[in-house]
Amino acid sequence: MTTEFKVIGTKPIRPDVIDKVMGRAIFAPDIMISGLLHGKILRSPYAHARILSIDTSAAEALPGVYAVITSKDLPQTPADNAELKYSRDNFLAGEKVLYEGHPIAAVAADSIHTAEDAIKLIRINYEILTPIMDMREAMKENSPKLHENIRLKSLGQDNGRPGNISLHVQHILGDPEKGFAEADEIVDREFTTTMVHQGYLEAQSSTVLWNPDGNLTVWTTTQGAFSVQSEISRILDISLSKIRVIPTEVGGAFGSKLRIYIEPVVVLLSKFANRPVKITMTQSEVLKATGPTPGTIMRVKMGAKRNGKITSATAELYFEAGAFPGSTAGGSPRLIFTEYDIPNGQVDAFEVLVNKTHVGAYRAPGDVQVTYSMEQVVDELAQKVNMDPIDFRLINVAHEGSISISGTIHKKIGAQQVLEAVKNHPHYKSPLKEANMGRGVAFGYWPNNGRDSSCIINVNSDGSVTLVTGSVDLSGTRLTIAMQAAEVLGISVDQVKSSVGDTSSIGYTGSSGGSRTTFATGLAAIQAAKDVINQMSIRAASLLNVPVSEITFERGFFTTSTSSSAKLSFSELAGKLNQTGGPITGKGNVSPSSWGAGFACHIADVEVDPETGKVSILRYTAIQDVGKAVHPTLVEGQMQGAVVQGIGWALWEGLFYDTQGRMLNSNRLDYKIATFVDIPHIETELIEVPSPFHPFGVRGVAEPAFVPPTATIANAVADALGKRIYSLPMTPEKILRTMDVID
Amino acid sequence: MKQFDYENAKTIGEAVNLLNNSSKNVRPIAGGTDLIPRMRNGLLEPDILVDIKNIPELNILSINGDLLEIGAAVPLYRIYEEERITKSYPALIDAIKNIGGIAIQGRATVGGNLCNAAPSGDSIPALIVHEAMCIIAGPTGQRILPVEDFCTAPGKTALGRGELLTTIQIKHPPHNTGSCYNRFIPRNEMDIAVTGVAASLMLSMDRTQIENAKVAIGAVAPTPLLVKAAGEVLVGNAPTEEAWGKAAIAAQSAARPITDVRGSINQRKHLVGVLTKRALRKAYLRAIGEMEI
Ligand SMILES: Cc1cc2nc3c(=O)[nH]c(=O)nc-3n(C[C@H](O)[C@H](O)[C@H](O)COP(=O)(O)OP(=O)(O)OC[C@H]3O[C@@H](n4cnc5c(N)ncnc54)[C@H](O)[C@@H]3O)c2cc1C
Repeated sequence: MTTEFKVIGTKPIRPDVIDKVMGRAIFAPDIMISGLLHGKILRSPYAHARILSIDTSAAEALPGVYAVITSKDLPQTPADNAELKYSRDNFLAGEKVLYEGHPIAAVAADSIHTAEDAIKLIRINYEILTPIMDMREAMKENSPKLHENIRLKSLGQDNGRPGNISLHVQHILGDPEKGFAEADEIVDREFTTTMVHQGYLEAQSSTVLWNPDGNLTVWTTTQGAFSVQSEISRILDISLSKIRVIPTEVGGAFGSKLRIYIEPVVVLLSKFANRPVKITMTQSEVLKATGPTPGTIMRVKMGAKRNGKITSATAELYFEAGAFPGSTAGGSPRLIFTEYDIPNGQVDAFEVLVNKTHVGAYRAPGDVQVTYSMEQVVDELAQKVNMDPIDFRLINVAHEGSISISGTIHKKIGAQQVLEAVKNHPHYKSPLKEANMGRGVAFGYWPNNGRDSSCIINVNSDGSVTLVTGSVDLSGTRLTIAMQAAEVLGISVDQVKSSVGDTSSIGYTGSSGGSRTTFATGLAAIQAAKDVINQMSIRAASLLNVPVSEITFERGFFTTSTSSSAKLSFSELAGKLNQTGGPITGKGNVSPSSWGAGFACHIADVEVDPETGKVSILRYTAIQDVGKAVHPTLVEGQMQGAVVQGIGWALWEGLFYDTQGRMLNSNRLDYKIATFVDIPHIETELIEVPSPFHPFGVRGVAEPAFVPPTATIANAVADALGKRIYSLPMTPEKILRTMDVID
Repeated sequence: MKQFDYENAKTIGEAVNLLNNSSKNVRPIAGGTDLIPRMRNGLLEPDILVDIKNIPELNILSINGDLLEIGAAVPLYRIYEEERITKSYPALIDAIKNIGGIAIQGRATVGGNLCNAAPSGDSIPALIVHEAMCIIAGPTGQRILPVEDFCTAPGKTALGRGELLTTIQIKHPPHNTGSCYNRFIPRNEMDIAVTGVAASLMLSMDRTQIENAKVAIGAVAPTPLLVKAAGEVLVGNAPTEEAWGKAAIAAQSAARPITDVRGSINQRKHLVGVLTKRALRKAYLRAIGEMEI
């Protein structure tokens, strides 16, 4: 492994910042093409209703309206393909609407105002049904069912009865009951959290140009152009080859833009109008009808011996899926308890349907919730056995070779190093004495990810290169990928023009998500750069008149082992490509099967105003194993940004509904994310335990950072109050009620 | 958003004429920071907007003798940048510095905050304890109304058809007076008050007695309220924690809050007490010159 880096670990300026700071970056709503029409979606005002009839004639007759579509314009779905039916129903409702904001029809018109007027002219007859807004309600035997055809899939078995529970998964290790019998102390708690939105400010927006030959171009804000392409193909039965998706700059995503909400609708509008069409969602539509992270009910029980060793851990986890099956319920049970080496345990996870928008992914999906519950139980258990919370975690921390309850076998990880760094951190050692103040710590893990990535590198005649990947840049990955190529090519990073390709210009690349991009697309770039070097070595050999086996490439020079004077620099050789066989393109296509997990531990100090219940974050430190920080500033930015989002989730955020299923806070005033004045300076410490699965040691960093904050703040608030709040968000009102200041 | 016409009024008379229209929905626009979001959300659909920002009288910000005059189109930042005002009207300054953020304060007006008549409008309790007067121009001439009578229901004011708020007048507070506005919001900016309380105190020359006192509460009733009973329990008493406690109880019993997504009845009732005491403590410190704005 290379240990002396020239580019990796430096802090060059991101290539996109000038455009972004100056307002010149092209985001999806900026797309303007001549003849552009504006689309608007008619959404259900009811959370649960049967659609009896739809009359679009008045809307169609309105001057300036070019197309009106409903679900009948979608392809026919085979009766046995429930999954496809759910997907299509979420773009344009079929027989029923299942949440407030559920799309029913869409229009394209010559202005947004005409489009807004037109959707008001669409007449719909509803049979209003009882909305199911609460998981406990949904799980009752006699509750109304969202879908008549859904039967519980319990441990892979269909139980035959329709219901609102759509999934049950289970993992068992050892003998949980025996483990509890061996414990000296047991803590058993129940936690609830609400649906939370990712908080990105750029609403979904797509523009589509449908050509009469059946080819179509889509400009959209997404985490992955290829997933938009395949979703349009799946929903509308169109060949992938006819769909070109051009990703724009992205104004925040955090998992929300892995899935699509409007593209197939815009495609159909463009097709029927025979004009390009754009839809940009409003903030209210975004909050009501995109994919938040699920609300949960979580029962967590852990037991430990007096010496601090955890003997058993069990969890029963319920996740709100929203209106359709498919949530983090399947994956989350693999995330809980995985930080620790626990001999016995059981995890059961359930997915429950309710009349809310279908959930999606939010940064470390499901992990935040389960860690929020587990890390509070861990804290209580540490107290019960009279141990420092970090010492307690160090006794139980997972190591290379540890097997989790769900069967994850840890590879080389930096879990212990992170906890030790917390223990030695000045923040952790500092005293915190004043009344109403509290300190909390929490530990978290995210497995990170690999998946498919492609990269090409073209060599320019002056020795600079252009690099194209299929990875949408959410966080500076254009730069972190270019840095890895530059390291291999022995050139400086400003010689690499790095850009994001569209689906017609680069090979398949999975979406930017799961903290995979700098790792996996970085590997593709390394492979492409090596390919460039190999091809250039052949040219060098011919110019230097030696067999290619004698060419070595080091520190930017092609040299021969026979003659020390004969050498060619990268740029010299680049200038001679046209005399030696023509242009060179290096390519990398990877699908790594192993990657390095990330661990993070955070420390928070808070103060609670006993009269108002308001929480102030006084000091915050985030410590994380980042593998190798390709660009330390960007890594710190990921860690700090994660904490900011975690503060919002811990204290204020949640999608709140009335009993009729209408959202009470579908605006940016009442959906409260942290603002700049709500957060302290967030200190960071980067621990570098290199991943063995990447030549530079890179691990994913974005999601591990988001796993601890809510638990950290919950533990700090509990310390300040001397009492624990078992639900999120920990609003001032809830704190006053917990402290018996108000009823 | 529905299509609308825009009129740029140059005089009060022109504005009043435009507003006095029986067949069309006509609205004045000052900073537009309440109006435009409401129009975007489809809550208001005016046919005509009358811009009042270019009427010279409405841009006057002056102190003449002991009278402060704030034109209805004066943006908030001009008020808190004027040192003579910040010194004498601390409750008002507390309030307007709370409204939105810097960008909003560059555009929004006190007049708009008042005419919007939100139960939570931050400047209104402050204007009440400063005993502000509203100067109103209308088709039949000018009239004057005490600010506590201006708001009549959520979003409703005492203005009739064709009437325009032109100016807010406030007398200079006497010696030994201090005032304060404070509100509770869950975050630290960009929130609407869950509860807001303004208080002003005038002390005796030797500062041992309260000679005049006003407490006004916001976001806990259909309109911001002057709590006369809270003032009455203070007058004639010494400025002590005990007195603040009595005023807090009086304010709490005047509060008639609702439960909504921003707060519950119990929370708001409780906060009225907490914020009344905090406002009085600060007002007292300001009255004795021990606390700056
Ligand atoms: C991001 C943001 C944050 C905000 N934060 C706060 C806050 O913290 N606290 C708070 O109280 N408010 C807040 N507001 C609301 C708003 O900014 C204030 O109410 C502001 O003072 C309104 O002033 P304006 O000049 O913009 O009013 P406009 O929007 O121009 O007008 C408001 C209403 O009053 C009418 N009107 C205006 N002037 C007159 C007049 N002279 N005569 C008769 N009618 C008139 C208009 O027709 C309209 O109905 C916020 C708004 C935004 C967008």
